[in-house]
Amino acid sequence: MKRILKKIGSFIQKFYIVFLLILLYLPTAVLMMMSFNKNTESFEWTGFSIEKYKMLFENEDILEAVGVTIGIGLLSALISTVLGTLACIGIIAMGRKLQKLIKTATNIPMLNADIVTAIAFMLFFVRFFGGLGTHTVLIAHITLTLPYVILNVLPKITQFDYKIYEAALDLGATSFQAFRKVMLPDIMPGVITGFIFAATLSFNDFTLTYFTKPAGFETISTKIYSAVRTKGIRPEHYALASILFVVVLLILFAVNYKGNKNERKKA
Amino acid sequence: MKIKLSKKWLASPYVIWMIGFIILPLITIFIYGFTVSKTDSSFTLDNIINAAKDEVNLKAMGLSLLISLISTVICFLLAYPLAMCLNNLKMKRKTFVVFLFILPMWLNFTLQMTAINAILEQEGILNLILTKLGMDPLHIANTPYAIVIGMILDYFPFMLLPIYNVISRIDHRLIEASRDLGANNFKTFFKIIFPLSLPGVISGVTMVFVPAISDFAIAEILGGGRLLLVGNIIEQDFKLGKYNTGSGLALILMAFVLITMALTSGKSDKEGGSML
Amino acid sequence: MEKLLELCNISKSFNKELVLDEFNLYVKRNEFVTLLGPSGCGKTTALRIIGGFEKPDRGSVFFEGKDITDLAPHKRNLNTVFQKYALFPHMNVEENIAFGLKIKNKSKQYIEDKIKYALKLVNLDGYGKRSVDAMSGGQQQRVAIARAIVNEPQMLLLDEPLAALDLKLGQDMQYELIRLKNELGITFLYVTHDQEEALTISDTIVVMNQGYIQQIGTPESIYNEPENAFVADFIGDSNIIDGTMIEDKLVKFLGVKFECVDVGFGSNKPVDVVLRPEDVILVDPQDSELKGVVTSLIFKGVHYEMDVMANGYELLVHSTKMLPVGTQVGVCVDPENIQIMNKPASEDEEVASLED
Repeated sequence: MKRILKKIGSFIQKFYIVFLLILLYLPTAVLMMMSFNKNTESFEWTGFSIEKYKMLFENEDILEAVGVTIGIGLLSALISTVLGTLACIGIIAMGRKLQKLIKTATNIPMLNADIVTAIAFMLFFVRFFGGLGTHTVLIAHITLTLPYVILNVLPKITQFDYKIYEAALDLGATSFQAFRKVMLPDIMPGVITGFIFAATLSFNDFTLTYFTKPAGFETISTKIYSAVRTKGIRPEHYALASILFVVVLLILFAVNYKGNKNERKKA
Repeated sequence: MKIKLSKKWLASPYVIWMIGFIILPLITIFIYGFTVSKTDSSFTLDNIINAAKDEVNLKAMGLSLLISLISTVICFLLAYPLAMCLNNLKMKRKTFVVFLFILPMWLNFTLQMTAINAILEQEGILNLILTKLGMDPLHIANTPYAIVIGMILDYFPFMLLPIYNVISRIDHRLIEASRDLGANNFKTFFKIIFPLSLPGVISGVTMVFVPAISDFAIAEILGGGRLLLVGNIIEQDFKLGKYNTGSGLALILMAFVLITMALTSGKSDKEGGSML
Repeated sequence: MEKLLELCNISKSFNKELVLDEFNLYVKRNEFVTLLGPSGCGKTTALRIIGGFEKPDRGSVFFEGKDITDLAPHKRNLNTVFQKYALFPHMNVEENIAFGLKIKNKSKQYIEDKIKYALKLVNLDGYGKRSVDAMSGGQQQRVAIARAIVNEPQMLLLDEPLAALDLKLGQDMQYELIRLKNELGITFLYVTHDQEEALTISDTIVVMNQGYIQQIGTPESIYNEPENAFVADFIGDSNIIDGTMIEDKLVKFLGVKFECVDVGFGSNKPVDVVLRPEDVILVDPQDSELKGVVTSLIFKGVHYEMDVMANGYELLVHSTKMLPVGTQVGVCVDPENIQIMNKPASEDEEVASLED
């Protein structure tokens, strides 16, 4: 009797998990299915077609937005990774109080409402930077992603055994050589994860971009937002969403696989 | 000692960046919020007072608060049992299933909202299926319900992850100890598991409530531009160049966020913030 | 005395690996019983089955004559002191101790009195409001014990409770536990891998290995009369030497005949001979038939530890007398200190000697 109850309990739990997974992936599933639907006017299924993918690759506006998104994402992620990693090394060397102060300040853009951060940037740029441009979007993205880089790198640096670094110095390395050859390889997993975090965040950002971008400058998010607001969903969007989903899936798999491998190494 | 001293300075570009691009912009909002206009920089409280008195604003604030509270509560009610179920899974499968739940966090949210709209809208997929089945179509699109659904789907992983992190870290021996001391499953949950998971719950609630109350894009896409949340009014003010009024309202919103933070700070789970 | 707890034919496996096989054991009221064995011997699993945290694959658990095999942990009239204590981190000392009583809806006054009594009993007077995180390992240990005993269990299960404490503190706690047991008058079932601990605190020791009971007895009998090579080897240091039982009260090992007190092994039978290192007496070479040479010497504080090479066997010897490396010695043993054991023949003992 108890066994049966236990089995029922286990079944209910699994059912609940699957049920929520289906709900959570429903939008994605719809987008993917519709991306192969021949029908471009309504949702009625009229047959399989890759027409929408063709339309996507012929739509220069969207392709340009994709290019801009990737460019901004990679550049902002690169800068915030370098700044963030250096900052982590510095933060570790600081006293307790200063560390706490900086960590608190770091959390502000992560915790504050996006729209407040965004309009703060907009006002600041308009008033003191002489208007909005690509550089203002870039600055906003770097600021947005920096906390996440630090969140990923700081634990790695805290774990890093400084005696190894000192041993390198003892063996005649300069402090830069010791950093590059001993410390950097050790904290690299955190740095890479930080970079990917930063890039993905930047790719997906909408609010900050929306308020800090100049006219005519579009990323994927702002492009879709304005299109959907005026004309509803376009056929190309389905194709774009499907491709993006696969890309995100691959990136996350790669990160997780790498993470697992590193953890196994530790054990 | 000398090495350590020099290392501190590696953080200086970051510190300068933060002062320049976090602190100064925030100060700018305050300047706009408390001055009359760009040309007249005399101090005034009118922006805040008017923002808080305006009927449209008040309605929007009420709706924002209601929608974000409902979304947060539903997210919690769905996520907490799920976190427990996930924790009961066998180790190997666990990591993968948790990964599946976290993944949507990384999807482009404008596309996700677009998809939800495609499902819910008047001639959308849901109604297409319903009419095929001979049922009456539902009118969910452009209602607060649509916004709540959109928020739940978008923010759900942010509620789940911190709760799951905390629950999966609870030492199993504590649960055994509780059973040993005479508590049944029910009492063990309310006296041990739930109190211990509270930091995760608080993290999750903050991570859902703050973006929900300040949202404007979900409301715009799923509300069809007809339902105004605080975020939408701020957005309109800024698009119309009413910077000072908009800043006033933004400051009120920030106060809301700060109150939430103050209520939860110190109790939330810091590690729960990590996303993967 | 009546049997308080009885395990009958308990078998349990994890991932197809047999941890307990046809395990039988009973514990009498007011006994201090210790399950002793190396890690992986099944002792913790046995304890968890008694506590109700694991279900045996086969077999039954009887407590006060009733079958409790399927009873949930919270319905059992026994409490556990967990390894590393498992104190509730979100509660202070008092709240931890009061937990079980509150569950049972005891009156406020009763709970207060009990907490006071328990804190006094474990020498933590005045620590009630402390956070458990702020306490030392030894103090946490005391809280864990107090939390268990306020429920007035018939029996207290202790899972390696002293393993996380440093040596001196652990030794002090051993005496505390004996005192507690005597004051409370309840039955203790104790699990440890530390043989010295087991010898100090127990009324009865159950030596286990690989899911089987190797020997049950008082500390003295376990130490002085180990029944097989595993027990002899696990309990203290010992020399286990191949020998031949020539006849009753005469055994031959290392090429020399020795008088002993054992009888009933038959004649010319191969046996294992156990010599405790402190029982080996080193004398002048001419005073003994068995001669050897000291090959190593280590000062151990209480005594010197020496290796003596005698007829191709390296004997471990403890002595208060220092003999430099290279000294020629004769080896003597009092007849009553020679312990004779049958060579492993049964399957259980075979398993036992496979260890190491």
